[in-house]
Amino acid sequence: MKNRPVSSFDELIDLACLIRRSVLTAIHAVGTGHAGSSLSAVEILTALYFKILRHDPYQPGWFGRDRFILSKGHGAPAYYAVLAHAGYFSPEELMTLRQLGSRLHGHPKADALPGVDVSTGSLGQGLSLGLGMALGFRALGIDNRTFVLLGDGEMQEGQVWEAMMAASSFQVGHLIAIVDRNGLQNDKSTEEIVQIEDLAAKANAFGWRTYRVDGHDFGELCAALAASASCGSKAPPSFIVADTRKGKGVSFMEGVVKWHHHPISDEELDAALNELCLSSARSVGQPT
Amino acid sequence: MSERLRTAQLTDAPHRATRDAYGHALLELMAENDDVIVLDADLSRSTRTEWIEAKYPERFYNLGIAEQNLFGVAAGLAHTGLVPFATTYAIFIGRGFDQIRQSIGFSHANVKVVATHAGLAASHDGGSHQGIEDLALMRVIPGLVVLSPADYNQAKQAVRAAAAHKGPVYIRLQKEPVPIITSADEIFQIGRASILRNGDDVALIATGSQVFEALRAAEMLAEMGIESCVVNVSTVKPLDVDTILSVGRACQKVIVIEEHSCIGGLSEAVASALSGVNRCPILSISIPDVFGTTGSWSELKDKFGLNAERITARICHALRELDASKEARALNINGY
Repeated sequence: MKNRPVSSFDELIDLACLIRRSVLTAIHAVGTGHAGSSLSAVEILTALYFKILRHDPYQPGWFGRDRFILSKGHGAPAYYAVLAHAGYFSPEELMTLRQLGSRLHGHPKADALPGVDVSTGSLGQGLSLGLGMALGFRALGIDNRTFVLLGDGEMQEGQVWEAMMAASSFQVGHLIAIVDRNGLQNDKSTEEIVQIEDLAAKANAFGWRTYRVDGHDFGELCAALAASASCGSKAPPSFIVADTRKGKGVSFMEGVVKWHHHPISDEELDAALNELCLSSARSVGQPT
Repeated sequence: MSERLRTAQLTDAPHRATRDAYGHALLELMAENDDVIVLDADLSRSTRTEWIEAKYPERFYNLGIAEQNLFGVAAGLAHTGLVPFATTYAIFIGRGFDQIRQSIGFSHANVKVVATHAGLAASHDGGSHQGIEDLALMRVIPGLVVLSPADYNQAKQAVRAAAAHKGPVYIRLQKEPVPIITSADEIFQIGRASILRNGDDVALIATGSQVFEALRAAEMLAEMGIESCVVNVSTVKPLDVDTILSVGRACQKVIVIEEHSCIGGLSEAVASALSGVNRCPILSISIPDVFGTTGSWSELKDKFGLNAERITARICHALRELDASKEARALNINGY
């Protein structure tokens, strides 16, 4: 791993808190963005970029790096904050989020921002892209891994299941899917709209090696990610259901549908940042 | 090819389907370039990619009946530096449109999307299988190159040109054999239309298998004393606007002939290019805004007016109407 190694869960927890503060500050500044969907994915992204992925922020084009696809492209604010704090660009640039001329498009745009491997935005497409990349790297003899982060509502897209079927059929062991299972989609809870459970059983039935973890617990997350990442390239792909909470870390956002996509007022930002002091960061994630 | 091909020469020319050209061109390319990789969605026996599987099984992926995943996986492969050719029928382009738009077009991924059985050629399978709107769907995606070669030789060269081009390309191919009217060694230049026959009474601008019908129609028109210019538009996007403008200005009457819906295909592209040219009436000979139906390819081409006989009759009728309206206008002016 060429990026700044982070070994302690305490440090990861502090980073997660810093990233949450960056997410909220940026969304507040532009007045638009998916706060709830970003906050639920913070520990997943932090674990990936500070613990699991083989990457180098100072050589974003390094061919042998692991690849990451944010299939739930609306989680871009968290993705950008993680990339910035990992060293891909200055965290100050986060304040340009979604604005004309910014490299930080509303959904990730690979040719705009170094560190973004693939452009995403239309839900349901990331797993196919990841499958293609893993097949390609295997054909080229590159021993890297491809990670795809999906939203839970996204599992309603039929294309995901086309890719699920094909990935196990092709035994693409270097493909790892993670679902940010925060329970809510744009309109209401997933189970009130179209049920996606039992997600782990479904993935298992599709021939994937399956894990279900607390998506805010670095211990559980890192263990599942590390186990998934160490499979050979000719093995069942891995599927991690990460149980999370939408809006995690901000009391008035947690589990509230409207924070899927909603502007943040001055008062709300102050209140949120007060809850996200680094000194109280231990409440954000509980290492095991 | 500027010299005239006589009708007898045209019909005596060897026939071959452009989908065969695809299979043969891929076999050549894969021998030369290790990066070329081929994908299909359970149509390899018809699209000719089974020839690839037989020779290069490790460089061929059959993704099953799942076109969305087909185009997504192709885009992923392109992100590793490989050059994937994703293959299906023209009708199923619509099935993966958003994937072509988002995963391929928006990312400018180096994927070659290849569709066989374009137009009415799915014939006896009925209107559900006839891809008559693929050009419209592909033209609207920014940065996507849209190729529609006229015959076997040109299709082989088009596949090579697509592989050499850095960026997404759509290639529209046909199921049925059509006469070979271009030479085998003519290099395909993306963005260049070619004038196959000179004439200054009317310009026939055609694409795909309709280029052959346009050449035959030009022969029939010549027998009636009408000299036509025939243009083969093998790159529908980016359109060779210079050539279109030049023949439009020279002939001042333009006929666009395509085996595609009248909406969104070559007709509208040409009309848009000529929109600034004064006194240049344009007639679209294409499939009207209806679905296809069941029948043989030749029966369907006749039904929709897309064989040389029907094209010639339609052009004669249009020219008579035009003359009549000119006379009427002249009479009107004299009357005042």
